[in-house]
Amino acid sequence: MTSVPTGTANSLSNSQIDEKRDAAGERLITVYIMGKAYEVPAEATIMGAIEYAGHQIIRGAGCREGYCGACATIYRLPGDYKIRTGLACMTLVEEGMTLAQIPSVPAEKAIYDIEKLKPNVSAIQQMYPTVFRCVACGTCTKSCPQGLQVMDYVQAAKRGDIATVMDLSFDCVVCGLCMLRCPAEITQPLMAILAKRLYGRYLRKDSPELAERVKAVEEGVFEAEYADLMAMGREALSERYYARDSE
Amino acid sequence: MYPDYMEESLRKVVQTRPARLELARKPDPVYPPMSAEERRKVLEDFHPDFKPDALRPVSVGPNKGEKLTTEVADLLESHSWLRSEQVDLDHPDFETDLLIIGGGGAGCNAALVAMQQHGIRSMIATKLRMGDANTMMSQGGMQAAVSRTDSPTKHYLDAIGGGHFENKPELVKALTEDGPGVVKWLEDLGVVWDKEEDGSIQVRHGGGTSRKRMVSCRDYTGAMIMRTLMDEVRNHPDMIDIKEFMPAVELIMDDEGRCAGAILYDMDSEEFFTVKAKSTLIATGGYGRLHIRGFDTTNHYGATGDGLVMAYRAGAKLMYMDSVQYHPTGVSFPEQIAGFLVTEAIRGAGGQPLNKDGELFVFPREPRDIEASAIIRECAQNGGGVETPSGRFGVWLDSPLIDMLHGEGYTEKHFPAMYRQFIRYGIDIAKLPMLIYPSLHYQNGGIEINERCETDIPGLYVAGEATGGLHGRNRLMGNSVLDYNVFGRRAGKYAGEYAKTVKLGKLSLAHLDSYEKELAASGVKTDLVTPILLPSYAPKDVKKRQLVRGGNVLPGASVVHNRLHDERSGA
Ligand SMILES: Cc1cc2nc3c(=O)[nH]c(=O)nc-3n(C[C@H](O)[C@H](O)[C@H](O)COP(=O)(O)OP(=O)(O)OC[C@H]3O[C@@H](n4cnc5c(N)ncnc54)[C@H](O)[C@@H]3O)c2cc1C
Ligand code: SF4
Ligand code: SF4
Ligand code: FES
Repeated sequence: MTSVPTGTANSLSNSQIDEKRDAAGERLITVYIMGKAYEVPAEATIMGAIEYAGHQIIRGAGCREGYCGACATIYRLPGDYKIRTGLACMTLVEEGMTLAQIPSVPAEKAIYDIEKLKPNVSAIQQMYPTVFRCVACGTCTKSCPQGLQVMDYVQAAKRGDIATVMDLSFDCVVCGLCMLRCPAEITQPLMAILAKRLYGRYLRKDSPELAERVKAVEEGVFEAEYADLMAMGREALSERYYARDSE
Repeated sequence: MYPDYMEESLRKVVQTRPARLELARKPDPVYPPMSAEERRKVLEDFHPDFKPDALRPVSVGPNKGEKLTTEVADLLESHSWLRSEQVDLDHPDFETDLLIIGGGGAGCNAALVAMQQHGIRSMIATKLRMGDANTMMSQGGMQAAVSRTDSPTKHYLDAIGGGHFENKPELVKALTEDGPGVVKWLEDLGVVWDKEEDGSIQVRHGGGTSRKRMVSCRDYTGAMIMRTLMDEVRNHPDMIDIKEFMPAVELIMDDEGRCAGAILYDMDSEEFFTVKAKSTLIATGGYGRLHIRGFDTTNHYGATGDGLVMAYRAGAKLMYMDSVQYHPTGVSFPEQIAGFLVTEAIRGAGGQPLNKDGELFVFPREPRDIEASAIIRECAQNGGGVETPSGRFGVWLDSPLIDMLHGEGYTEKHFPAMYRQFIRYGIDIAKLPMLIYPSLHYQNGGIEINERCETDIPGLYVAGEATGGLHGRNRLMGNSVLDYNVFGRRAGKYAGEYAKTVKLGKLSLAHLDSYEKELAASGVKTDLVTPILLPSYAPKDVKKRQLVRGGNVLPGASVVHNRLHDERSGA
C-alpha cells in the first residue's frame, strides 16, 4: 500500500480503516443491543459492535483484553432458549444475537481484618456463609467465561480447602456472571478473593531469604555501594554496566 | 482462521521451518544480533520517536519550547473543560485529607499507607471502576532483588543501564532498595507469588536483567496484586472513600500556590464536584489510548494521559515526554484483538519473527525499541509485511517452533492466556504462527518527581506510570509493576505526612485563566478540550452525525478524540 508513511505502517487513523472496510464491502449482520436492532460487522466482538453502533461505553469496558471482568454480557441466539454468557471484549457477535451488558452485579463484599482470620472453614463460615447453600447444580461452572470449575471451588470452600479454592479460582476475572446465575445466591468470586488472600497470607511456604534481604536493606547494608554507584559519572557507570556479569 | 490470500505466505513459513528449527537447537543466535552502529541506524530510521513529525516544541507551560511527542504537545495545548468563574470554590462538595486521583495500583497503595502510617483519611476518585487500570493487565511480572545471587545494587545498575543512564539516580535507588520490602508487603496482604519447593520466590529473567529477578503470579500477576490491594482498600470504608466513574478534570490550587484538591466530573449525571484536600496525589497511569502515531495499544480503556495535562496546567514540569515505548509484539490479526500484548516470553521460548517469505530478519531478543524498529523496517522499507484485510501490517511470529523445541503441549500449558486468546478465532498457536506488529505500550516519561513523589507544586504528589524520570527513556520489563508499588507507598507516606501540617489558603482556579491567556498569546488555535477521559471508537459516519452538535463537547469526549486524530498532519 503506497500511502503508508515509512516507519508507521500501522498509522492509519480509525477513519482510514473505516474507509478500507467500506471499500472491502464488509459483511454486516443484525444484532439487537438491549432490544434495538443494529447492523454491525460480522466479525466484530460484542464490544466492537456496541461501539460500531455509536454507543460511547462508560460502564461495561475496562481492560478490553479479558482481565478485568467489566464487560460481562448475557445473550440469546435465534431459535435457542438458552441464556448464554460472555465477556464483551472477547466474544464475537453472531447473526440475530440479542444481548445486554451486565456491568455490575449487586453483591456485598464482607469487611474483615485479614490478620484476625484463620485459613480454614471458619473464615468462610463467618464471611461468606451463603457458600453452604450450594445445591451443586453446576450453573456457575457453565456460565464462567474463563472456563473455570466454579462449582468445584465452591465445594472446596465448604470443606475449608483454601488451597484448592486458590488454585481453581486463580484466573477468575470477577465478571460476576456465575453469581448472577446461581440459584443459591452465592457470591463466588468475592469468596474466592478472600480465599486467595488467606492462602497468600497464611498457607504459603515462607521464603528463607526474603526476610533477611528486607532486613539487610533496613540496616543499610547496601548504602556504601549505592553511594559509590551514584557518585559515578555516566562514563564510569556505563563501563561498570557493560562489564557486569550475567546469571 | 487466516484469510485465504495469506495461504501462500503461510506455506513459505512451513517450508523454511525445518532449517530454522535446526538453527534454534544450536547454541548460536538464530540471526546475528545488531552491532551498536546497526542499532543506532535502525532506531533513527524506523523507531516512531525518530520520525520528523514525531516530536514538536510545545508552545505553552512549564516545558515551553521543549520538543515533546506531538500528540502530547497537542494534548497540552488545549482548553479546560471549566471556566474558573463558573465554579463555586467557597463551598466544596467534599473535603478530605488526601485526594488520590486514580484507582489503580499506585493509588491503592498510597491510600493504605497513608491510613496505616498516619491515620489519614483519603478519597480515591477514579474514572471507571476501581482497578480498571493498566495494573490489572500485567502478565509478565515484577522485578525485585530477592534471590540469593541478586542485590538491590545489581538491580540499580541494570535499571540505569537499561534507561541509557538518563534515569534520575535517587529514584532508581528508591525503586531498587524498596523492592524486597514490596514483595513482603504484598505477600502479607495475601498476594500468592509463584514459589519454588523450598518456599523461595520463583525468579526469571526479563529483558536487560543480569540476575533472575522477575517475580510473578502465573499469567495473572497484575490481576492478583490489583485485586488484593482493592480488597484491602474496601475493608476500610470509614477511612477510604471510593468515588467510581468520577474522574478528575482539573486541579484546584490555593492562593499561595499549593495544590488543594481537584474538580471531579460525574460520568453518569455530568455534574462537576469540588473536592478540597490537604494533599493531592495524581496516580492516573499512562496514555496508550491516545493512539500515538495511530498505533494500536495494549492499554486499558481509560489510559488517556489526563494526569499530565491537569498537572501541566497547574505548573508542574514534565520529564522525558519525548519517548514512547512500543512493545515489539502486539497482535496485528485478528483485528478484534489488534494491539493486544503477545508476551515477550513467546520469543524467550523460541518463537521467531519472520517476514512474509518465511525468512528471519532480526535476532528475536533484541531490546524492545530495537526489535520494534526492525519489525517496522521490514514492513515499511523491505516490503516484508503481510497486509491484513483492514489495512494493518504484520510479520509472523512463528510459535509452532515452541512445541517442537520443548515438547508437544508446552505452548498450551505455559501460555494458556495466549492460547485462549487466539483459539477463539480458530488459530491454534501451537500449529500456526501469529501475525504481530509493534503496539503502543508504555509512557516512559511523565510528571517529574523526586524520591518523595513531590513535584514543583507544594501539596501535589505523583506516583506510578504518570511520573517521569525513573526509567529514563526506556523502561525495562518488570520495573513498572515495582514502580507503582514503591512510589505508591512512598506517596502515601510523604503526602500523608504533609497533609498533617499544611494550612490551606483560599481556593483558586486562576491557573486555568492564565493558561488560557498563554495559549492565546502564543497563537495556538485549537478546539481540543482535555482531559480526554475516554477514546471514541465510533465509525466515521457516526462521528459525523455526532458532530452535528457542533461546538459542543459530547459527554465522554468522544468527539474530542476524533479531532485529535484528524488535525494531525499525516494521521
Ligand atoms: C497489557 C499490559 C501488560 C503489562 N505488563 C507489565 C509487566 O509484566 N511488568 C511490568 O512491570 N509492567 C507491566 N505493564 C505496565 C504496568 O502494568 C503499568 O505501568 C502500571 O500498572 C501502572 O500503574 P499505575 O497505578 O501508575 O496506573 P494504572 O494502573 O493504569 O491506574 C491508573 C488509574 O487512574 C485512572 N484514571 C485515569 N485518568 C483519571 C482521571 N482523570 N481521574 C481519575 N482517575 C483516572 C485510570 O482509570 C486507572 O484506574 C503492563 C501494562 C499493560 C497495559
Ligand atoms: S468464576 Fe465467576 S466471576 Fe470468576 S470469571 Fe468465572 S463467572 Fe466470572
Ligand atoms: S450455581 Fe450456585 S448452587 Fe449451583 S453449583 Fe454453583 S454455587 Fe452451587
Ligand atoms: S473489558 Fe476487561 S474483561 Fe472485557
